[in-house]
Amino acid sequence: MEAMLHALELFLPLYILMLAGFLGYEIISRVPVILHTPLMSGSNFVHGIVVVGAMVVLGEASPDNTLALIVGFFGVALGAGNAVGGYVVTERMLDMFKSSKAAKKE
Amino acid sequence: MGHLIELSYFLTAVLFIVGLKRMSHPTTARSGILWAGAGMLLATLVTFLHPQIAGNYLLMIAALMLGSAVAWYSAKKVEMTAMPQMIAVYNGMGGGAAAAIAAVTLLGGPELWDHAALGKPLWLFLLLAVLGAMIGSISFSGSIIAFAKLQEYQSFRNPLRFIGQQKVNAILFGLMFVLGLIIALSGSDNLALLAIFFLLALALGIMIAMPIGGADMPVVVSLFNALTGLAVAFEGYVLNNSAMIIAGIIVGSAGSLLTHLMAKAMNRSITNILFSSWDALGSGGQAVTGSMKSMEPPDAAIQMAYASKVIIVPGYGMAVAQAQHKLWEMCRLLIENGVDVKFAIHPVAGRMPGHMNVLLAEAGVPYDLIFDLEEINADFPTADVALVIGANDVVNPAARNDKSSPIYGMPILNVDYAKNVQVIKRGKGVGFAGIENALFFSDNTRMVYGDAQKVVAGLIQGIKELN
Repeated sequence: MEAMLHALELFLPLYILMLAGFLGYEIISRVPVILHTPLMSGSNFVHGIVVVGAMVVLGEASPDNTLALIVGFFGVALGAGNAVGGYVVTERMLDMFKSSKAAKKE
Repeated sequence: MGHLIELSYFLTAVLFIVGLKRMSHPTTARSGILWAGAGMLLATLVTFLHPQIAGNYLLMIAALMLGSAVAWYSAKKVEMTAMPQMIAVYNGMGGGAAAAIAAVTLLGGPELWDHAALGKPLWLFLLLAVLGAMIGSISFSGSIIAFAKLQEYQSFRNPLRFIGQQKVNAILFGLMFVLGLIIALSGSDNLALLAIFFLLALALGIMIAMPIGGADMPVVVSLFNALTGLAVAFEGYVLNNSAMIIAGIIVGSAGSLLTHLMAKAMNRSITNILFSSWDALGSGGQAVTGSMKSMEPPDAAIQMAYASKVIIVPGYGMAVAQAQHKLWEMCRLLIENGVDVKFAIHPVAGRMPGHMNVLLAEAGVPYDLIFDLEEINADFPTADVALVIGANDVVNPAARNDKSSPIYGMPILNVDYAKNVQVIKRGKGVGFAGIENALFFSDNTRMVYGDAQKVVAGLIQGIKELN
């Protein structure tokens, strides 16, 4: 029983991989061309989640290991840049998309 | 605490998925980024409570503020025409962050690995870190080269190619891969070994991006975007972080599909873009006979004002001249006069698919007036005027009927089927692909020479005088 549980633990990430992989494909497959650029930018923003991992490794790094601290610092800064920059440009682009009806209301 | 964090990461993954789904439809797109943004904020805040974080909070907050401030400022300032290279930069940052996670993990040595591996076999733990490091580093350096090329910095403008380039790249890749395997399987934290490994990966990213021409670059940026997603997912496995795993894999697969769609729109395959280039196809094509006939803006204005249907075909040249605002002003005048106005967008108009839509949206053009190639091509025969502004190769009929032309087979907008064609163009030069355009010599085509913004201003003047 324990062996089964351990095997499941190793395989669970593989299931996540498979399901998330199909999901990403499904989300994009019916996208109109007009949204390709904002969507690429939006997915670029989503992988900005890497900042979370960078925070963990920096927080875990030993204070005596200067090299790890420097690399970790840049990791967090770069990850934050990815998230914030990706968000702002995507929002700026999507903000501009309006239909004729919405444009007339203004 | 562990449960709270896991629950938050779970919510973040849900918010990301709903956000991306909403971003894939024009009416809900605006709210999609807000959903995804809320997820990111939640994940970042809750990570401060992460039990694995032992300290270095000040350093962490300083890094967060530095990265956010620089990105915020640059993202607010960037022109819409420069959007593709800005996306490349932020993507490179993500790749760099993934590589940094791997580097800190590998630098930590056995004492860190012992408790960080969390039940995974050590070789698997290290192998995942190494894979993420490779992909992240390649995406980081490659994206920076992509930025330099799209920004048209002088020393990066021309594709760099030399004989045996593929072999050099293959050797670089092989060395990097073997070194990565050695690190993962031997469980070594030798500093020199790690440094050489990372330098090789960074060099490979540069080598992959250098030979690619500016026109193909957006496809490569999209590919790097997918790769960064993959690198983030690998590091997510290393850190047992489910939000990173799910977000990374979704971006990896969605990005791969997006890359494929972009390449398809350009009638190229991804391998073709990476391993050869446009001009390697040679400049062939039949000579074009006849002469170009020009027209002055007032006459062009009259022709459009009295038309019942006008289709506008904008290209990157229009965006460079910043003529989109004036163009929309002109279209509004035409619409007030009862003219049916539509915009036709080629998939590769602008710098990447959808870029032209962003540029038109910036000028205030509603998206329901904008049609893509498949939707609009049947409309050209019934159009009284097709106005081509700053586009060239995407309206070249040679792609349809000249088998010797290098662009033969590329889907084009059938502008030549319209009753009258007006082409606003700076001069008589050829397009990006360096091919003559038979459309310009056609009997129903009139050339309106001049700077796009000035010509459109002239057209507006002309239409106003008629009212």
